[in-house]
Amino acid sequence: MADVAVGKDKCGEQRLVSLPLSRIRVIMKSSPEVSSINQEALVLTAKATELFVQYLATCSYRHGNGKAKKALTYSDLASTAEDSETLQFLADILPKKILASKYLKMLKEKREEEEEENDDESDIGEVLA
Amino acid sequence: MAERPEDLNLPNAVITRIIKEALPDGVNISKEARSAISRAASVFVLYATSCANNFAMKGKRKTLNASDVLSAMEEMEFQRFVTPLKEALEAYRREQKGKKEASEQKKKDKDKKADSEEQDKSREEDDEDEERLDEEEQNEEEELDN
Repeated sequence: MADVAVGKDKCGEQRLVSLPLSRIRVIMKSSPEVSSINQEALVLTAKATELFVQYLATCSYRHGNGKAKKALTYSDLASTAEDSETLQFLADILPKKILASKYLKMLKEKREEEEEENDDESDIGEVLA
Repeated sequence: MAERPEDLNLPNAVITRIIKEALPDGVNISKEARSAISRAASVFVLYATSCANNFAMKGKRKTLNASDVLSAMEEMEFQRFVTPLKEALEAYRREQKGKKEASEQKKKDKDKKADSEEQDKSREEDDEDEERLDEEEQNEEEELDN
């Protein structure tokens, strides 16, 4: 990949950015209203994404009991996304997992509620008529 | 859109490395967690781009620039990123300046070399002319001897 990282030294010194700029650019361009992206904006977005990954990982790891944990799991991430205001934009893509049986129960309850409402409306209709 | 789904993802190896470096040693990351973080990162890029684009449009510009991205971070409540991003920007600009100066220097050297090569070449031609003249003189002398 031609533009893998900015600041890649032959002596292998710390790169400015590790994420591939070409891929970041593809994601950015997939946004409909964007026409062009200046190179500096590309580099900063890549760097910001790295900072974001670090932030999400550490936040999720620490979230909850504050005890030293052995592993970072999906549910840590989902809880963090739900509880953090800043990470609200992730709530849809990191939904909390529930048991299928629980979900089916929820669906059933919702359907029952809707049926009740319809019944109420038809009652009102009769009264007016 | 012509992108395939995998093109909107970031490479697993790099994402994993960033996560590992952020967490204490020995902490495991489940595959599901890693995949989720990778998706979240892609969503972050989209969100940041959209936000930055709003700032560009406000400024009646069609090209996203560095300050648009910085403004987007503040808007997204990631002020914590602003300082390290500004430092990264400075470092990047210094590096670009260095590269530019290096390539300009190379070009100057190249031009200088070309000039001096031309001088050498004309000097050689002069030498050749002199040699020929010498030979002709010698030949004349020989003829005379004969």
